[in-house]
Amino acid sequence: MIKTNKKIPKNIILSLENVSISYGTFEAVRNVFCNFKKGNITSLIGPSGCGKSTVLRSLNRMNDLIPNCSLKGTVLFDGTNIYDKRVDPVEVRRRIGMVFQQPNPFPKSIYENIAFGARINGFTGDIDELVESSLRKAALWDECKDKLNDSGYSLSGGQQQRLCIARTIAIEPEIILMDEPCSALDPISTLKIEETMHELKKNYTIIIVTHNMQQALRVSDMTAFFNAIEYEDGDGGKVGYLAEFNSTKKIFNSPKEKTTQEYISGKFG
Amino acid sequence: MNSLYYQKRLSRNIGDKFFTSLSVICALIAILPLIFLVTYILYKGGSQITPELFTLEPNPPGDDLDAGGINPALIGTLIITTIASIIAIPVGVGGGIYLAEYSKGGAFSRFIRFGVNVLAGVPSIIAGVFIYALIVSTKILFGSMYSGLAGGMALSILMLPTVIKTTDEGLKLVPNELRYASLGVGASMYTTILKVTLPSAFRSIATGVVLGIARAAGETAPLIFTALFSYYYITGFGDLFYEMGSLAVLIYNFALEPYDAQNKLAWVASFILVLSILSVNIFSRILAAFTEKTKRV
Repeated sequence: MIKTNKKIPKNIILSLENVSISYGTFEAVRNVFCNFKKGNITSLIGPSGCGKSTVLRSLNRMNDLIPNCSLKGTVLFDGTNIYDKRVDPVEVRRRIGMVFQQPNPFPKSIYENIAFGARINGFTGDIDELVESSLRKAALWDECKDKLNDSGYSLSGGQQQRLCIARTIAIEPEIILMDEPCSALDPISTLKIEETMHELKKNYTIIIVTHNMQQALRVSDMTAFFNAIEYEDGDGGKVGYLAEFNSTKKIFNSPKEKTTQEYISGKFG
Repeated sequence: MNSLYYQKRLSRNIGDKFFTSLSVICALIAILPLIFLVTYILYKGGSQITPELFTLEPNPPGDDLDAGGINPALIGTLIITTIASIIAIPVGVGGGIYLAEYSKGGAFSRFIRFGVNVLAGVPSIIAGVFIYALIVSTKILFGSMYSGLAGGMALSILMLPTVIKTTDEGLKLVPNELRYASLGVGASMYTTILKVTLPSAFRSIATGVVLGIARAAGETAPLIFTALFSYYYITGFGDLFYEMGSLAVLIYNFALEPYDAQNKLAWVASFILVLSILSVNIFSRILAAFTEKTKRV
């Protein structure tokens, strides 16, 4: 097996060790060490261009789809480095699901949107039941139980995003990654999604990238603050790094780093 | 101060009027050939149509007053186009999938894209000569020379670039978010293409395929070298390996005859050919509109 012998505490589900990610020759983030706890909501915050979305996408190998993107270091999940050559990215994505910035339902019915992932993953149980329970968990069931055969596009933006969450839940992942899931939504839809996240926390680990610091404060247990600076050996471009990682309370009330303090108080970013 | 009201005599307004009318006139001139062509063929060919034309064999030119019908040519065109589609659609769609989904813009895919563009510009007669040299003169197909099969192959060469290009472009229009969504729920590349991206691009691919068929169905030059012509009914599967008639070649042969009866038959065949190509084009439009509607309920 591809398991490593490194000692990782049991409550750590995902662990980044000295991860650097580059697009071609441009280095996006450098030397990230980070442990994500099981059953927590961890938010990644920071100014634009600090590499937080890049890091998030690297966690289920979505970066593979971007040409020239390469990663150094190890991302340990379930004791396995998911960047090992023998790892099948398709399998990784089945266990680490993702919700994207723009709601992106399939051009199929609401029912099919959820059934699709389950079917291709060889789900053998009752699909009707799965659709209902997934929609319930995503707090969408009451709004769409009477129109399961309508197109996913017939829903509002917020509902579409919850449909995407339901679709992700349906494949029973262990971790759900969310890349600014509310940035295209109005405040009421945002609130609903945040409520959904609190519900999901019971069963899943969630890692969320957000530009909205209030959101990070409201939903997350842990917060990672990313920043970008110019390195001396670089070519002048800014390189992202993990500036501070701590419980959300500490990050927002008593940050250790000056830059964190400045960022959360709105002085830059 | 200038008045805010529109002034006709201002030179910029005169110039504007002039260029607007000029472009309208050009647009009208551009559509004239189609209108004249269709009405003339309608008049020349449409007036001669009788039900027997669709069931009879054409008579060999002579002083015979009755030229017969176009049945073998009509069926031949259908068969040859079908053969061309059977070859060109899978290869073309497959090639388009490679270009749009799998290739990473390297030298190989650029070479293929360039090659497809060149192939699209190859004169149709060259496609005919090529198949003639490769298949007809070598008798490679079970000893048969001119055959409907060879004709279909020649036409498939002409269909191929259209199908590849429209598949490639249609797939590129599918938003990446949709691919990510599918891969994000653990679908493999193959499932994603088959279940998500291809269905989303179905409209443009189908339109391209239909247009490719329409183009191939009207070609003459490649068929003269490959399928040649036949006066006789197509009766069975074995006829694929012999000379086969087609509407386009029937027009070519009979329009040049000195006999009035044959000329008339050529007009009828022109009418049928134009009508079917027109309806195939209209069908592709309807197909496009229909799938557009169902996609965004």
